Amino acid sequence: MGKSLFQKVWERHTVRALPGGPVQLFIGAHLIHEVTSPQAFGMLRDLGLRVLRPDRTFATVDHIVPTDRQPRPYEDDLAEGMMVALEKACDEFGIRFFSPDSGKQGIVHVIGPELGITQPGMTIACGDSHTSTHGAFGAIAFGIGTTQVRDVLATQTLALAPLKVRRIEVNGKLGHGVYAKDIILHIIRTLGVNGGTGYAYEFAGSAIEALSMEERMTVCNMSIEGGARVGYVNPDEKTFAFLKGREFAPDEQAWQRALAYWKDIASDADASYDDVVEIAAADIAPTVTWGVNPGQAVAVTETIPRVGDGKDAAESASIREALEYMQLEGGAPIKGTKVDVCFVGSCTNGRLSDFREVARLIKGRHVASGVRALAVPGSQDVARAAIAEGLDRIFTEAGWEWREAGCSMCLAMNPDKLVGAQLCASSSNRNFKGRQGSTTGRTVLMSPVMVAAAAIEGRIADARETFAL
Amino acid sequence: MALAAIKNVTGCGVYVAGDDIDTDRIIPARFMKCVTFDGLGQYAFYDVRFNEDGSARPHVLNDARFAGANILVANRNFGCGSSREHAPQALAKAGFKAIVAEGYAEIFFGNSTTLGLPCVTLSADDLRRLSARIEEAPQTLITVDLEAGTVTAGADLVLPLSMKPAARDALVAGSWDPIAQLLEGKDAIEQTALRLPYLGF
Repeated sequence: MGKSLFQKVWERHTVRALPGGPVQLFIGAHLIHEVTSPQAFGMLRDLGLRVLRPDRTFATVDHIVPTDRQPRPYEDDLAEGMMVALEKACDEFGIRFFSPDSGKQGIVHVIGPELGITQPGMTIACGDSHTSTHGAFGAIAFGIGTTQVRDVLATQTLALAPLKVRRIEVNGKLGHGVYAKDIILHIIRTLGVNGGTGYAYEFAGSAIEALSMEERMTVCNMSIEGGARVGYVNPDEKTFAFLKGREFAPDEQAWQRALAYWKDIASDADASYDDVVEIAAADIAPTVTWGVNPGQAVAVTETIPRVGDGKDAAESASIREALEYMQLEGGAPIKGTKVDVCFVGSCTNGRLSDFREVARLIKGRHVASGVRALAVPGSQDVARAAIAEGLDRIFTEAGWEWREAGCSMCLAMNPDKLVGAQLCASSSNRNFKGRQGSTTGRTVLMSPVMVAAAAIEGRIADARETFAL
Repeated sequence: MALAAIKNVTGCGVYVAGDDIDTDRIIPARFMKCVTFDGLGQYAFYDVRFNEDGSARPHVLNDARFAGANILVANRNFGCGSSREHAPQALAKAGFKAIVAEGYAEIFFGNSTTLGLPCVTLSADDLRRLSARIEEAPQTLITVDLEAGTVTAGADLVLPLSMKPAARDALVAGSWDPIAQLLEGKDAIEQTALRLPYLGF
């Protein structure tokens, strides 16, 4: 019986067994940012420890950076304090810092792949739950807590229990106007927000293989929203082509050795899995959330669930709570719901291909009056490339704000926030209560193209109709 | 570094109802603009406990009957969402010593264990019995006994708990913070690094 990529990577990186079941697992690349690392450096100092592998530690700043203008010191003293803490720590421990001045700053899950740090067969850790993004390259990437950030800084290892592996096969061809975001929202909706607890998700099948690397990142990014700490796609020629020539990717001399390792680490054809789920690509429609977690989603053509639709009392209570918060009516169509803000960006959908696809469709189509629309590149590199292609002008001429790189309106740790009960059509990953910075703000998750359709219509719309896809 | 062995926790409970209580609910992101975890306790569940003007909202955590409770009782998939350790840190700093729920998100569970905050699981029926008891008699003393594998409430309610054995063993043995073990693996870490092809690319 063959092995899955997860099993192979796990075995390769196991340092030793620890008492009680977990193993000590070597981490090949440690990505850090300003929110979850300052405390870890504090713990390290308290224990008198050093960073074991500064050469395998990479820092950037993303959550707190303003995206309108970024002069230092930041207007927000707390944000400035976090930035200074990170700068000091990187200096003190000799860690590479992709700061805004470097021209390489961006959301940690955008720049890792962009710089070629993320590679197949690697273990990656970051104090951020969307670290699963890097699995798009066939890496095993874990979101970790701050005490674990300390563990990796000090030892380049983590104490972790092995995961089961669920292969999710998406086969067939996606319909027009259906994107990677719809695949993952559909999977979460189908398997539940805690369906992946204890599992790594291996995304496979012809529809996944057909995705570009950026689209695969979108799928893997939201694994955690389905409860799976790890999600990955087996590496293939697209993976290798994406990495070639990037700053931290293997150079010409090492390329053949790298290819051999990358091909060897992929799941065997006869690998065994703890579970297999099959999904037909043709069943996936443009999908939008209606509630307060990413599993509370429907196809844009469907109606919002009623309280009585819950399969048990607990689910009915969740539906009631979500409908009240979202100010939506059970049984009504989701399409046509008025939107106030539209956001394209985040580690889920803030990459060049996202802006290209939206720009292609919005050219000459203006944002509806009364709607605020933001386009926020995931990294400085994405911003540069988009500007070089003139995408920024297409957005601004269509009435969008074109911003600097950062996490922006995904999570309200910077000035980009909803106000009051505004409803935001968002390409981000979480629709939790208050997520976008207002305690009554409402988030509806969808693909960037669906966000663009909502911006033009001023209401949640079916992008296939808006853009005649 | 000597750690306390956490064999049991006793105190009063408070039941925060609802499935899928996420980490943004437990600690809203704006309170993560900090460089230490000190002071996070006051912001636990802030947006469901307080209005924007700071006035208190009707919430079980603002209810005087449950003041001083140190065992948090919850439903399914508690702590879903972000990997932010700020969430269990805020709960610990707000005085909670143990969590009893129907289930946990994985990263939250691991983060809590590493802080010495036990997260034990009850069946849905038993969770209902426990939460009903807390609502009827908030002063009921509850004991989460990791060694015996039970949650007891008062003299008569004894409920079997479940917990990942590795986490339970680590708490009971006082080895819940893994740093000492990880540092001991120093030589093996070097050996592992040597056999990873990509570190030489």
